[in-house]
Amino acid sequence: MMKSLLPQSQLRRSSVATAARSAAGGDGSAADGGGGGAGAGAKAPASSTFWFLLHALCCLISLFLGFRFSRLLFFLLFSTTALYHSTTSSSSAAVLRATTTTTTTTTTTTTTTNTFTLSFAAANPPPSNPANRTALEAAAAGADKGGTSGNPQSHVVVGRHGIRIRPWPHPDPVEVMRAHQIMERVQEEQRRWYGVKEPRQVLVVTPTYSRAFQALHLTGLLHSLRNVPYPLTWIVVEAGGTTNATASLLARSGLTFVHIPFPDRMPHEWADRHATENRMRIHALRAIRERKMDGVVVFADDSNVHSMELFDEVQKVQWMGAVSVGILAHTGAAEQPRLSEEEKQNMPLPVQGPACNSSGHLAGWHTFNSLPFSGKTATVVGEAAPVLPKGLEWAGFVLNSRMLWKDAEGKPDWVKDLDAVGENGEEIENPLNLLNDPSSVEPLGNCGKKVLLWWLRVEARADSKFPQGWVIEPPLDVVVPAKRTPWPETTTELPSELLEDKQEQDDRRLSRANKSSRPRSTTKRQGKEN
Amino acid sequence: MGTWGSPLALAALLLLAVVAAQDTERIEGSAGDVLEDDPVGRLKVYVYELPTKYNKKMVAKDSRCLSHMFAAEIFMHRFLLSSAIRTLNPEEADWFYTPVYTTCDLTPWGHPLPFKSPRIMRSAIQFISKRWPYWNRTEGADHFFVVPHDFGACFHYQEEKAIERGVLPLLRRATLVQTFGQKDHVCLKEGSITIPPYAPPQKMKTHLVPPETPRSIFVYFRGLFYDTANDPEGGYYARGARASVWENFKNNPLFDISTDHPPTYYEDMQRAVFCLCPLGWAPWSPRLVEAVVFGCIPVIIADDIVLPFADAIPWEEIGVFVAEDDVPKLDTILTSIPMEVILRKQRLLANPSMKQAMLFPQPAQPGDAFHQILNGLARKLPHGEDVFLKPGQKVLNWTEGPRGDLKPW
Repeated sequence: MMKSLLPQSQLRRSSVATAARSAAGGDGSAADGGGGGAGAGAKAPASSTFWFLLHALCCLISLFLGFRFSRLLFFLLFSTTALYHSTTSSSSAAVLRATTTTTTTTTTTTTTTNTFTLSFAAANPPPSNPANRTALEAAAAGADKGGTSGNPQSHVVVGRHGIRIRPWPHPDPVEVMRAHQIMERVQEEQRRWYGVKEPRQVLVVTPTYSRAFQALHLTGLLHSLRNVPYPLTWIVVEAGGTTNATASLLARSGLTFVHIPFPDRMPHEWADRHATENRMRIHALRAIRERKMDGVVVFADDSNVHSMELFDEVQKVQWMGAVSVGILAHTGAAEQPRLSEEEKQNMPLPVQGPACNSSGHLAGWHTFNSLPFSGKTATVVGEAAPVLPKGLEWAGFVLNSRMLWKDAEGKPDWVKDLDAVGENGEEIENPLNLLNDPSSVEPLGNCGKKVLLWWLRVEARADSKFPQGWVIEPPLDVVVPAKRTPWPETTTELPSELLEDKQEQDDRRLSRANKSSRPRSTTKRQGKEN
Repeated sequence: MGTWGSPLALAALLLLAVVAAQDTERIEGSAGDVLEDDPVGRLKVYVYELPTKYNKKMVAKDSRCLSHMFAAEIFMHRFLLSSAIRTLNPEEADWFYTPVYTTCDLTPWGHPLPFKSPRIMRSAIQFISKRWPYWNRTEGADHFFVVPHDFGACFHYQEEKAIERGVLPLLRRATLVQTFGQKDHVCLKEGSITIPPYAPPQKMKTHLVPPETPRSIFVYFRGLFYDTANDPEGGYYARGARASVWENFKNNPLFDISTDHPPTYYEDMQRAVFCLCPLGWAPWSPRLVEAVVFGCIPVIIADDIVLPFADAIPWEEIGVFVAEDDVPKLDTILTSIPMEVILRKQRLLANPSMKQAMLFPQPAQPGDAFHQILNGLARKLPHGEDVFLKPGQKVLNWTEGPRGDLKPW
């Protein structure tokens, strides 16, 4: 098929060449741009037999190529000289595309088409002769006509172009890497323009102690802290002195940390634990004061969960700010407090945070309502009952560390000096005790509308065992063999025999259970399970 | 002056330092730093009063004219009627505006039909030349017309037909304000002003996301790659460039391209670094306006295109131009742009005067596209000597053009 086409197109080219030279007197450019197309046949001095043969050949070919070729013929029969030039190029393109449909590379189509159209552009006489346009329009929607933008200097050609596809249209890994670097840099610039202007260091204060759930809580917290885009220092105060377990966890975190030991051990009652934690936090604040650390102090208890927006929001704090904390008090207790429908309707939000008046200033505090839980809360750590916050939780407050320094520029006078706090052994219930005037606290997070972190207390029983550092040493040995998995060492019977044994037992059980038993299917099922 | 000089200089320096420290850069085109010029006082425009069949009745017939991408002609008329540069005395006018809406004859699907537009334009010009002497005085050389259709005043949507028709003969001396622009093209007359297509400013503003949302899409495009209805075999639509984009990059995860119509189109553009603006049946599209408004660097794939307000806006510094032949190498081209260049382009795009210059807000605001058009007209003043014809001199041939255009409307 291809072989038959090529000599034909060559024939057409030569005939067109003669036609062009004879017909287009004014055309200065090379007529090779005329390309294929058989239309010029009408002008060329050809015998009728030749025409008959040509026609027969065309009919034969149109059987193979169908619509495209027959449309081509239609064009050629009805077009005039000027349009011969225009159709020849594109028809050759169509022919060539027809031929290249049998091959795989589309690039060849493109190059050849381009050369045809480009050289044709030079040869195009000014568009005229609207007479036969209607016929052509009637022929096909995507009329194969070529034309320049009208100006011989323009290299933009109107008409059909090839679709340029490179040989391996897949991403190059080096370029993908570069694209990702570009995006990272763009995002960094975005943060610089629209994000916080001068990001301050974040000082995260976490009281902790070694227990079963410590690894769980600290791992979650350290992953959150690793994602914070600001410089960060993690101040970990450990009750009962520093332990290797905690130290190794901190060392593996990749964060800048300060590990401070606290002499007292963590008590087993929630109320006492609460008080000890408060003292540990004050201890941390004293450490910040001594080292003159500069930044925003965030109280992140190890079991709490923090959102990324929290760290963006706390950058805005001037001296002391308050955020809304979601209180998650239900800790999987088996018995939920029974509430009447009315109580359920009026259930207040489990949120602790600042409450604002209409002008956006701090008006008061919204605390967690513990009435529905009265009498059913946990007293001992690890008890299966809801653990509730006591008053205002530290987690909902953030401080500017300069507030803690002995002398800092612009330190407001409504802040107590840290040394004066806790002197007389009094309890520091919440950070408001650090202030003389609690009304100057700034509400953050759109005046407390956005809950930026969640308070949760989940602990195992105080005496629960867990492997030291979560490393299993010595390796576990099998205590009890699994019921249906035969151990080669424990029995000399073949697995299949054992299987039959089991099946017999189960069958007997099943037949006892259901009167209408289908032993065949049940055994099959059992077989699959095994 | 000596005692006052140094503190003033210091103050000026401080001001410059503050301005330089800001994120945006001033935009200067070939005509200079003209985006924020105020046209008031620099020119006077006289608005002809045409019978309502040329303007108001067409809008009343189909109100979709007010929201499609060709709506600039209607809003320009409304702006000029209430603008400070309008004069009711035609003797002192520098420019004359004819409010004829040639792109308001819509098909049931909302596409403007250009077949009657030459007749409508001709009829309007006949009207003004008979009623007022100002057209004949200059044969339209100090008149301007807004022709936002696909190929401007060639009044056809198919490029070959548009080229054949050429610019309407009667408009040969007038200044054309059009969206179409391509170098060395019949349908872009010398001295035309290219404008952006109309994109609804209110709709775009309601879809803004916070600017700190990180840009995580590398290249974004939504639209057709093949127009199977009008170009079933391919290669004709967009000169094969869109099809090439699809075939080369459909498997590339960096390119978020598809023919979807997502409701989050505007939001997605704000999360992309590059937005493709390839040609379609005509080289221009509202995508350019959307990309500029949403801060996405436009990647323009349209050979020889002339972009809006090309003398006031240095598009080479703001967008990325890719030749249609280079589309297969698009990923290489985009990833090899130096980082400083990309950041500079984003800074230029962030400039609010850039975004303002692309929009047609109602009511008009300083620095918007209406004012840029007037600035462009003001820059063409004062009129040259060949504008005013000598008595008895005639340049235009009123019977030129296809026979169908000569029928009255």
